[in-house]
Amino acid sequence: MERNLLKYIWGHSRRDQLWMLVIILASMPTYFLSLELPKRIVNSPIQGVGFETPGATSKFLETHLPFGEALFGKPVLLFSGFEMERISFLIALSTTFLLLVIANGLFKLYINTYKGRMGERILRRMRYELFDRVMRYPLSRFRRTKASEVASMIKDEVEPMGEYIGDAFTQPLFLGGQALVALLFIFLQNFWLGVATFVVVAFQAWLIPLLRKRLIELQRQRQIGARKFAGRLGEIVEGIQDTHTNDTTNYHRAEITDILGNLFFIRFELFQRKFMVKFINNFLIQFLAFFFYAVGGYLAIKGTLDIGQLIGVIVAYKDLPAPVRGLIDQDQKRLTVEVRYAQIIEQFAAGDLKEAKYQTIPDGEIPHITKGYEVNRLSVIDDTGSKLIENASADIKAGERVAIIGDFNSGASSFVEVLGGVIKPTGGRIYLDDKPIDEQPEYFTGRRLGYIDGSTYFPQGSILDVLTYVLKNQPVQTETNTKKAKSLEQIETIRAGNFEFDLSDEWLDYQRLGFSNLHDFIEYLREILIDVDMENDIRAFGLRGTIDPEKHTALTNELLEARKKFRARLEELGFSEFVEPFDPQLYNEQSSIGENLLFGTAIDEEYKLVNLPKNKLVLETLIEENLNEPLYEMGKNVAETTLELFGDLNIDDPFFDQLTYMSADELPEYKKILSRIGSKPSAEINIYDRLMIMRLPLAYTEGQNRLGLLTDDLKNKILKARSNLRKKLEALPEMPIGLYEPETYNSAASIQDNVLLGRISSTVPEGLERVTEAIRDLLEEMHLTDDIFNIGLDFNIGSGGKRLTEVQRQKLHLARTLLKKPDILIANQGMNTLGTRQQENIVQTVLKWSDKNGSGIIWVPMSPSFAKFFDRVLVFDSGVLIADGKPEELLETNETYKMLIT
Amino acid sequence: MTSLNEEVEMLRKIPLFAAIDPAKLKLLAFASDRKIYNAGQDLFKQGDPGDAAFVIVNGDADIIVTADNKEVVVATVTKNEIIGEISILCEVPRTATVRAKDKLEVLTIKKEHFIGLLTQVPTLGVEVMRELASRLQKTTTELSEARQELSQKK
Repeated sequence: MERNLLKYIWGHSRRDQLWMLVIILASMPTYFLSLELPKRIVNSPIQGVGFETPGATSKFLETHLPFGEALFGKPVLLFSGFEMERISFLIALSTTFLLLVIANGLFKLYINTYKGRMGERILRRMRYELFDRVMRYPLSRFRRTKASEVASMIKDEVEPMGEYIGDAFTQPLFLGGQALVALLFIFLQNFWLGVATFVVVAFQAWLIPLLRKRLIELQRQRQIGARKFAGRLGEIVEGIQDTHTNDTTNYHRAEITDILGNLFFIRFELFQRKFMVKFINNFLIQFLAFFFYAVGGYLAIKGTLDIGQLIGVIVAYKDLPAPVRGLIDQDQKRLTVEVRYAQIIEQFAAGDLKEAKYQTIPDGEIPHITKGYEVNRLSVIDDTGSKLIENASADIKAGERVAIIGDFNSGASSFVEVLGGVIKPTGGRIYLDDKPIDEQPEYFTGRRLGYIDGSTYFPQGSILDVLTYVLKNQPVQTETNTKKAKSLEQIETIRAGNFEFDLSDEWLDYQRLGFSNLHDFIEYLREILIDVDMENDIRAFGLRGTIDPEKHTALTNELLEARKKFRARLEELGFSEFVEPFDPQLYNEQSSIGENLLFGTAIDEEYKLVNLPKNKLVLETLIEENLNEPLYEMGKNVAETTLELFGDLNIDDPFFDQLTYMSADELPEYKKILSRIGSKPSAEINIYDRLMIMRLPLAYTEGQNRLGLLTDDLKNKILKARSNLRKKLEALPEMPIGLYEPETYNSAASIQDNVLLGRISSTVPEGLERVTEAIRDLLEEMHLTDDIFNIGLDFNIGSGGKRLTEVQRQKLHLARTLLKKPDILIANQGMNTLGTRQQENIVQTVLKWSDKNGSGIIWVPMSPSFAKFFDRVLVFDSGVLIADGKPEELLETNETYKMLIT
Repeated sequence: MTSLNEEVEMLRKIPLFAAIDPAKLKLLAFASDRKIYNAGQDLFKQGDPGDAAFVIVNGDADIIVTADNKEVVVATVTKNEIIGEISILCEVPRTATVRAKDKLEVLTIKKEHFIGLLTQVPTLGVEVMRELASRLQKTTTELSEARQELSQKK
């Protein structure tokens, strides 16, 4: 990238900058006229100059050639104008003024918009180019780069440049011109005063940059400090778990305080310097004024200087400070952004960038790996200088299935890292299909090789996104793609030099794997997930997932059908005694009073169980149904009983596990509330106490808590309140809850809960497991498994895939690598969180997969004993390749191998 | 559905708990899960880790010992009896399988709750000791009888 910011801007906006200049020059006459006109309006029609006699007229729009008198000796009339009376003349001049103001405003609007757009374009280009460099960094570089620092540079640090770019060239020219004109005027009035002015301005021009040296350094430090701050913030958030588990929050507090302190003092010094420079500037400029008044005045009194000339100098001088100050400010800005730019470029200027040609989108078919690897005298030395591999030579043919084993740090792992292109060799040659591996384009290595190791990082998205990521190499060429009209977005993309391909095109290229439609592809995907033993997990996600009934009408109806079937079979399944379906006419013993009242799942936060006592609509209903007082009494009762039971227990006593309607640490609070309430009538209780008490009965479940507080009378009242509340809810513009209604799908609840539509009693051992299994069987019988699976694929895996277990993440990683059918699959201890038994299964599965696809496998197993499943074994010991052969042969000839596998 | 108070009444009928303050028993009842087993269902199996004791509320259960792959019913327990309390006191696996004979309703007392109660109620500790001592005494008697029989057979 261009190292000089001004050159960079000029290189990418030359035409725009020139056009800008033209427009600015074109706007000048209107600008000056609009300043000039008010004077004429006041002088002529208002004060009456030229209208001294009644009926006198004046000429409107009379135009003389500028400087005509100087050029031709007499005024040259260009347009004789219109004869006008005083009032008409006033109106005409005022109207002209109005038009000039509008024209002026329009010019300003155009110039500012143009400048802004130009700046944004260059900013966009700059950001894109920086990002492009990130894409081309060698992998090793990321071991030293903090993600959030890169983000901070590309996002925040370039930001102020956008504003500057529009002014980069026009502003200095413009201001410089103004200053020159003002200086020239002073010279014309009086040569020596002109010389004096020039000397002071020149002195300023020399002094200021000198003072700024430290300022530039400070700005550099500020930028580095801010970047470091972003970097540390990012790191701390990434490692937040260890922070808590090691009680180091305060260490980080101190650390951030330190960084903030540094930033503060850098910025403080920056301000001090900046304003000092400003002060000196202002002083020098004002010093000129002093000079004119004192010396000029003295000369005028003495008679050496004409009073008129002095006034002329002073008037001309009035126009000097503004542009000079403007120039200085502009220069200050330039310095700031240049420092910034240089800082960023330095970071991104690494010489070992991958050449762009290796990352292009290829034309036509991508060749398969036909020959394989040729590794000759390979050595790898790490950052610290320790030898990882020494002089290893081995050829691995395209379809071979090789296990690479060795002790920890034997070099086996580094060897496959080199094969996968993850680390670079320090010596020797490594060829893939007759070409050094780092000279093979990424479309070849990235699609024909599959590489996995133990690390799993997935960005937030669905499981399907994670899996299909590996097929998003280039947009699928479709007819609509090529015929698409050039939209404004695309034009802008080109002008800013961004990437030519559109994100909105279809990127998922399953055709490449030979599938003509999405359905077949998903079926294929499912087989792979079965292979890696993850299909069940996905289906479980599906059962726990929610769907939008409007998007999945057919499935919704099927699930309602499943609900009916499940209910009809409760008896047959032996669940009738412990599964209590939700029936609008019946009180559900296994649900809390609040849930019975609401009879639905809260969508709106205000309808969550804890918020019900505050909910206006609910409260209104309780009062109408005469439930408010009984529930309050019940709440008091619950609180008293709970205090009686738990009052003298330690807060960490295991008995508290069973307390569902309040938490252990709330108990002291309830003790206080009860003592405040005492025997006061309920009307005198304060709102807070009342709310706290009312929360208890609403969370109370008779079937589980068994305090024997729920009478039949109360149940009936609650049922009545339920239907009353329902009517009120239906009158709302939007239903705030997902209803428990036998005939409607509850979009707020999971698929499983929708089929169940009821509660499982806690009295049955393993009740939930049995019900889940029964529902799964039922859905299978109804041929809904595929749909559930698809819903499961939509499961959101959370930031970094944190909603999945490590095992699930590693399985997904393998699944998606198999998915793209690589010619050679390289696995570097990829499944290290699985048990040995599971790992063996995976190895067997992958070998079967390779039988089917003819792919080669290079596998570093967690347990060397798996080597026997492979056709060939390479044994590493302390960085040296000590054996290479068939496993059964090595068993007899090689001691190290024998030792490793037993 | 029985209420807490009924459960307390029932717990009081168990000799082990007879001397305990009703308030504590109520807490124990509150903390205990009511579970229903069908005929033939196992509460636990011989060799399982012990994590809970059971008070039978309704129904009968067989205590079964497996030896040489053969199941032998060694005893039957019934209403108001407690089972499985030994293995939650010392960390030994279940010494027998307990199987519901017909529909069985039990109160499950989790290990940590039982131990928690022991530390709070000294009299319960004494009761448990008494129970253990009497069982030990019984076992010792049986052992010496068995030895005698054995020596006579020699």
